[in-house]
Amino acid sequence: MSTTLPDAPARAVEKPAPPRRREPSKAWQRWISPIAILVIWQVASSTGLLAEDELASPLRVVQAAWDVTVSGELPEGLLVSLGRVIVGFALGALLGVVLGVWSGLSRWGGLIIDPPVQMLRTLPHLALVPLFILWFGVQETPKILLVALGVLFPIYLNVHAGVRGVDPKLLEMAQVSGYDRREVLRHVVIPGALPSALTGLRLSLGIAWLSLVVAETVSADSGLGYLIMDAREFLRTDVIVVGLVVYALLGLGTDALVRRIEKRALRWRS
Amino acid sequence: MAVVSAAEVRGLVREFSGRRVLDGLDLTVDAGEFVALLGRSGSGKSTLLRVLAGLDVPDGGSVSVPGSVAVAFQEPRLLPWRSVRDNVALGLRTDADVDHVLGEVGLTERAGAWPLTLSGGEAQRASLARALVREPGLLLLDEPFGALDALTRIAMHDLVLGLWERHLPGILLVTHDVDEAIALADRVLVLDEGRIVADHAPGPRPRTDVGALRATVLSELGVVDGAA
Repeated sequence: MSTTLPDAPARAVEKPAPPRRREPSKAWQRWISPIAILVIWQVASSTGLLAEDELASPLRVVQAAWDVTVSGELPEGLLVSLGRVIVGFALGALLGVVLGVWSGLSRWGGLIIDPPVQMLRTLPHLALVPLFILWFGVQETPKILLVALGVLFPIYLNVHAGVRGVDPKLLEMAQVSGYDRREVLRHVVIPGALPSALTGLRLSLGIAWLSLVVAETVSADSGLGYLIMDAREFLRTDVIVVGLVVYALLGLGTDALVRRIEKRALRWRS
Repeated sequence: MAVVSAAEVRGLVREFSGRRVLDGLDLTVDAGEFVALLGRSGSGKSTLLRVLAGLDVPDGGSVSVPGSVAVAFQEPRLLPWRSVRDNVALGLRTDADVDHVLGEVGLTERAGAWPLTLSGGEAQRASLARALVREPGLLLLDEPFGALDALTRIAMHDLVLGLWERHLPGILLVTHDVDEAIALADRVLVLDEGRIVADHAPGPRPRTDVGALRATVLSELGVVDGAA
């Protein structure tokens, strides 16, 4: 057989972008200005230019971080906050995926679900805090629901768009190849919608943390937000900054997590 | 006749917003017969193929095809997130020998590869394997070599002929390449304005002296200066 002839590089499928060129190993150069800012900040604090009750010095912040960690306030608050985000996220993501797949697949699902969701998404969900407090009080429920609501929209929108965007040619192929409904869903629709859904996941995690910060700042008797608001009462700017840094690290961490999930789930692209 | 045909079409009509794309078309593909269908763009050949594949519903006439119809499209239409082997095996209801078919199309080495890493010819071979592994009574080929370069296309012609001789499905090859049709098929049909207007049998293979037939078919396709 003459199948050993060289094949053309031409391909019918879109090729992914080539990997970004690696920067030469001068990464340390990017640290010059952040470190300079820290040094200036420390000097300003030491010389009294920056008052302690306005902003604590970096060294004071490090000391405070150690203190609240040892005393257990930070780990405890962190766990409480993490729990709220996980529960709220799970709730919102589950609902978003189910609604998104349903409205993406079925005509009636799309007609019933899509219009109200599209209308509600124009509403900044954080503006619902007063209503939520009236409805659910100031305990755990409004915080978790605020996170869930914030997560719901980006997940729904991206899953819906992903399902609708599945290549109709692949669906035809599945039909003539004799896939049943479950196989079409499992092998064509869900993997086809995944890149878009993962974009939604990343967006929603950012919003989840933001919603938590707002909810905890408005009312809390535990959690990271409580730690910060309590510190404000005592003008402990060092503890406030510790709380802010932890929020930032948590956001960074979840983003890295999603990146890893993306890399693994979309490894067929490389 | 005792032979069960691979496709039996009588008086097929298909309209799109009042325009008759297929206008009372009759077509028979015998079991194990290799038929090529030529036609200009818009002659209705893709529509006919889609009806035979069950992807489109006719407005009139009767269509009878075997229980197993397989299609190889112009684009390979592989699931990019499944390995080559999975692409061939997915949706199968029988315990067919997937690895054997992959060997037949020369893809044993690439069975675990992601489709995006395949060359154009490899991807089209995977698509052929996916169609063949279903042991179809009717194999529909929708210009499967159209996007390939000339060398790869010649290799694919030999491959398809070999596979056909071994598995002997009825084949309907839709193409607009006259030379390809004459080189491969038992019968060469010309479709125009929704009907079959010519039916040629190029004779025993390999075919060397086909110049006259080529000129005839080209003129039937409306190419006036067929000497090129």
